[in-house]
Amino acid sequence: MRINLEEQFQAKIDAEVKIEPKDWMPEKYRKTLIRQISQHAHSEIVGMLPEGNWITRAPNLRRKVALLAKVQDEAGHGLYLYSAAETLGADRDQLFRDLHSGKAKYSSIFNYPTLSWADMGAVGWLVDGAAIMNQVMLCRTSYGPYARAMVRICKEESFHQRQGYEIMLTLCNGTPEQKAMAQDALNRWWWPSLMMFGPTDAESTHSEQAMKWKIKRKTNDELRQQFIDVTVEQAEFLGLTIPDPDLKWNEERGHYDFGAIDWEEFWRVVKGGGTMNRNRIKTRTKAFEEGAWVREAANAYAEKQEQKLKSQVA
Amino acid sequence: MKNWPLWEVFIRSKNGLSHKHVGSLHATDSEMAMENARDVYTRRMEGVSIWVVESKHITASNPEESGELFEPAQDKVYRHPTFYNLPNELKHI
Repeated sequence: MRINLEEQFQAKIDAEVKIEPKDWMPEKYRKTLIRQISQHAHSEIVGMLPEGNWITRAPNLRRKVALLAKVQDEAGHGLYLYSAAETLGADRDQLFRDLHSGKAKYSSIFNYPTLSWADMGAVGWLVDGAAIMNQVMLCRTSYGPYARAMVRICKEESFHQRQGYEIMLTLCNGTPEQKAMAQDALNRWWWPSLMMFGPTDAESTHSEQAMKWKIKRKTNDELRQQFIDVTVEQAEFLGLTIPDPDLKWNEERGHYDFGAIDWEEFWRVVKGGGTMNRNRIKTRTKAFEEGAWVREAANAYAEKQEQKLKSQVA
Repeated sequence: MKNWPLWEVFIRSKNGLSHKHVGSLHATDSEMAMENARDVYTRRMEGVSIWVVESKHITASNPEESGELFEPAQDKVYRHPTFYNLPNELKHI
């Protein structure tokens, strides 16, 4: 009796049985997951930078502790995800090398600059909001360690979005200048947030296989629509205008119709043409290189302790 | 990273419950592993106790051998209470 491993694997997926680290899996499944999980991890780490930029200029202590805690959380999220990637056989040092060399991608949203304090509101509300939508879906992804990391991350992510929205609410209930600052931030972050969900389903080459293997449980367009439907109300509550003249409730569809996304901008930024692409990689590489002495010291100390132990035993 | 072995982290969320596996991290020694585990996995008071174990000290069963490994239990239905027929009138047994 010939056992077809691929068929057995697909049967597990179809029966909602999770795949764990040592289980047999198609090489393409492993490679796809390593790429997706490591890119997710890189996004968390690089994602610390746009908000890290404003920690020293937070308007008060409450805002400062919240922003600090959020940025620390992102570091932790990156760590959960690097660990998950390692369960598939990825080497962490190689993942860092790929990020610094530009070979590995991270979410393109982080290639945009944070220009005012109001951006902290917009980023928390929209960027984390979009991330939450994607991550809640991924809690049901077929690979066990990735799904479990997502559950942990989702628990922590909701404070991130609430923190951002609270900032927007305070600004919108403040002076006219503050409200204008909030509107300006929304204007700059709306469309890039929609682009976070990736290309349309028709343009998304890997989507079909990712859905079949239940790596993805919802398509890009489905998630993007869900995000818009949920966020429009939140913008109305703030008294802000979403920068899309074609945004309109469609009674028949039961969803909001929305305007055309500028895919040329999306690809331009993904390919390196955004404002902050080079800066993000430079900052990450500098941090890694300047932190080398810490890693070397820890290494040297560990070796010294090992030698000490050996000479005691001898 | 030389001398940065992988450690598995287990957390007991509260007394009465067992330690549960929550993930892994790299550290040079058990002290660093413990502190990093505290920093990464208990930011919201998720636990009252942490265990860190170097991954190399864990022996895991091989999924490919699951069949043979777990086979002995499969046909021993008499280990389950439902195998035994007693009248329904009996209480507390």
